[in-house]
Amino acid sequence: MANGDEIILEDLSDDDLVEQMKDDLYDGMADEVHEGTQILLKRGWSANDILANALVEGMRIVGVDFRDGILFVPEVLQCAGAMKSGMGLLRPILAATDSKASLGKFVIGTVKGDIHDIGKNLVGMMLEGAGFEVIDLGINNPVENYLRAIDEHNPAVLGMSALLTTTMPYMGVVIEELDKRGILKTLPVMVGGAPLNQEFADAVNATRYGRDAAVSAELARALVGMNH
Amino acid sequence: MTKKRCLVLACGALAREVIALREQLGLSEADMVLQCLPAILHNRPALIAPRVEAVLKERRHEFETVLVGYGDCGTAGALDVVLAKYDATRLPHQHCYEFFAGTPKFEAIVDAELGSFFLTDFLARHFERLVWQGLGLDRFPHLLDAYFSHYKDLVYLAQTDNPDLTARAEAAAKRLGLNFVHTHVGYGDLPAALAKAAAHV
Repeated sequence: MANGDEIILEDLSDDDLVEQMKDDLYDGMADEVHEGTQILLKRGWSANDILANALVEGMRIVGVDFRDGILFVPEVLQCAGAMKSGMGLLRPILAATDSKASLGKFVIGTVKGDIHDIGKNLVGMMLEGAGFEVIDLGINNPVENYLRAIDEHNPAVLGMSALLTTTMPYMGVVIEELDKRGILKTLPVMVGGAPLNQEFADAVNATRYGRDAAVSAELARALVGMNH
Repeated sequence: MTKKRCLVLACGALAREVIALREQLGLSEADMVLQCLPAILHNRPALIAPRVEAVLKERRHEFETVLVGYGDCGTAGALDVVLAKYDATRLPHQHCYEFFAGTPKFEAIVDAELGSFFLTDFLARHFERLVWQGLGLDRFPHLLDAYFSHYKDLVYLAQTDNPDLTARAEAAAKRLGLNFVHTHVGYGDLPAALAKAAAHV
């Protein structure tokens, strides 16, 4: 029996449930987001629509508030956990039905000398939500790792992440190597990370600078659209 | 108004060290005025340069010289733009770990173990508030892995020889699941920087 304050997700209309899921995601309530995802699936929603309207959109709002200093890293990580709980249900459905044509592979990694990956992992999650197959190289990647991954996976986009002002210059080293090999002509490169800005991205000749995870996913989709 | 000699506009994390060194240099509070900004700004480095600029805009004219007690500290050059505008200097290097340890020692530590998490006297003293609570680990302890899975060592770069702080740093290492490394580095480049700032009259 529900008390007066408890929201019964099953009782909500589709529109209200989606709004509630976005609120629950914002509050980092993984169990509730999981339940809401299950309910929408039972109601016949496609995995893509749940992903786009409830999860990705919810995380986009999180990204805006993080940028504006309303949410901080611990809360964002909680929100990401809630999003993952929903995506855990959707991923096998999306993989099995192949209902959303993949936008291609997105190779992403933190650069050499840097072991930070929180931002990279959030971007990876949003890229997956956007329709990319994410190839995550992990942390501390020298240029050889990126080259090997490009060779193996033929990605649509390459992404590099750094959290330190001392490591971000290495992005320029990688881009320069790609340019020397002629790869930069056909492979867009995105860069991101807390100490970066548009000026730095321009200086290292990156294709795009992703200021946060949601924006990075939108930019990546646009890049792929441009190339088709 | 007669100009005071020198303003040190420093991160709050350096307050004790600056005060101790000011005394060692034989300078009065009037010779070297110390104003601090909250150490918590390091959680949002983009705020450091604007906060420094706000103070310099108001007070630069009062002093002969200004030393800003920050390294680059994740501002990616934004702080240096402010310093150039207001004819101020800052501490060398990217952050306090490097100017306390000195570049050769700092680089040797990181070369030996990239996954080194650093504490200074200040952070050992305020670990609970700035690190544990600052990262939200008091509310979300399961995030420990998200933050620290790639770290191996907690390296305590000690400015002073303080058994209480050493014990706190060691306890912090245990809490984070890291190997404890204790290295006494003293004040590093800070004394020379302060002396140079105070010499400019």
